[in-house]
Amino acid sequence: MTISASKNSSETRQSHGLDQFCSSLEERAGLSILDLAGASQATVTFLTNYGHRLYSDDFLHMLDQSFGDGDFYENQSNPLKTGPFLDAALNFEANQFDGALVWDTLQFVTGPLLQTVVQKLHHVLRPGASLLAFFNAEERADSIPTYSYRISDHRTIQLVPRGRRKPAQFFNNRSLENLFKDFESVKFFLTRDHLREVIVRR
Amino acid sequence: MWNRRKEEENTTPKPASAPPTSSELAKEGIPMSTLPSRPTVSEPHHEPHRGGQAALGKSVIVKGQIFSREDLTIDGEVEGTVELQEHRLTVGPNGKVVASVKAREVVVLGTIHGNVETSDKIEIRKDAKLVGDIRTTRIVIEDGAYFKGNIDIVRAEAPRQSAQPTPKQQQPAAAAAAQAQAAPAMVGDHKR
Repeated sequence: MTISASKNSSETRQSHGLDQFCSSLEERAGLSILDLAGASQATVTFLTNYGHRLYSDDFLHMLDQSFGDGDFYENQSNPLKTGPFLDAALNFEANQFDGALVWDTLQFVTGPLLQTVVQKLHHVLRPGASLLAFFNAEERADSIPTYSYRISDHRTIQLVPRGRRKPAQFFNNRSLENLFKDFESVKFFLTRDHLREVIVRR
Repeated sequence: MWNRRKEEENTTPKPASAPPTSSELAKEGIPMSTLPSRPTVSEPHHEPHRGGQAALGKSVIVKGQIFSREDLTIDGEVEGTVELQEHRLTVGPNGKVVASVKAREVVVLGTIHGNVETSDKIEIRKDAKLVGDIRTTRIVIEDGAYFKGNIDIVRAEAPRQSAQPTPKQQQPAAAAAAQAQAAPAMVGDHKR
């Protein structure tokens, strides 16, 4: 992993997790990919150049819209707020996607809602599909940086800063295995900047 | 005779609103036009039936079907369907379109809720919002735009085979240099 800053305050990083994810995209064209980072020209161009179809949504934006009014994490256990959120988020048919780019979004979901979100991801991914997620590995961090992730090439990500947030919880390898227990396999890449890149195989 | 001449002068057809000739203006000395001054540079001639420009202002609300044979700008609210066959739709900053849209080209500065199909290009500009599925040949998304939905890029079969770059070839030189330092500190693989 290497991070470097570019002129417009965004950074780029080399990602083995993305490299692994992209290797699964080369097998055939016409795959359906779910990207939860929000639409960006770079990612759209990269993925559609493979001949794939992209479903784009900004998961953090959705979280903010649903739970941002008041205590962000307390609201996530309020059924009056989680119900509409789950109706709108990840509301797809089973086995609809061949890959999911979840990035760092799961760090900001807590409690039972996190389990439900992961179950939904499992539901919408086809068997054999890959999921890429990032988790900060700093156990004592009060807040962690958030980014908008854009794919520059098969192993280079452009990170556009979106401020800092308090993570819902700290994830170690054990807790991540537990989180993705319904999936076929979990592969970790612990980078030097305290980030766990996780490739999960459905 | 005198009377006949006066009658001839009176019956000479002369439109009341005919613009004064330059010699008449010179005689009057004072321009009488109440029209706003126009630039002397020649403006493009708009032909409504050959690709002109129609517009719905920001206080206009339309519910139903819009079918246009010329470019259209919507800065008001539209609910229903919008079809512009071979022309361009621009949704202005105040525009709110809740409709399925078909056009040659779509430029979004406002809001669209609905599926969009273009034969050429769609541009989602900064601060624009589009919720719906897109089917197009080219797409431009500016930073700050919000999009939620499917993007399906339609390409001709022949160019896709040859033009589709292999991912490894896309790697820029700078990225390759950085990659050399990018060994993971630890890799774990857990299979069930």
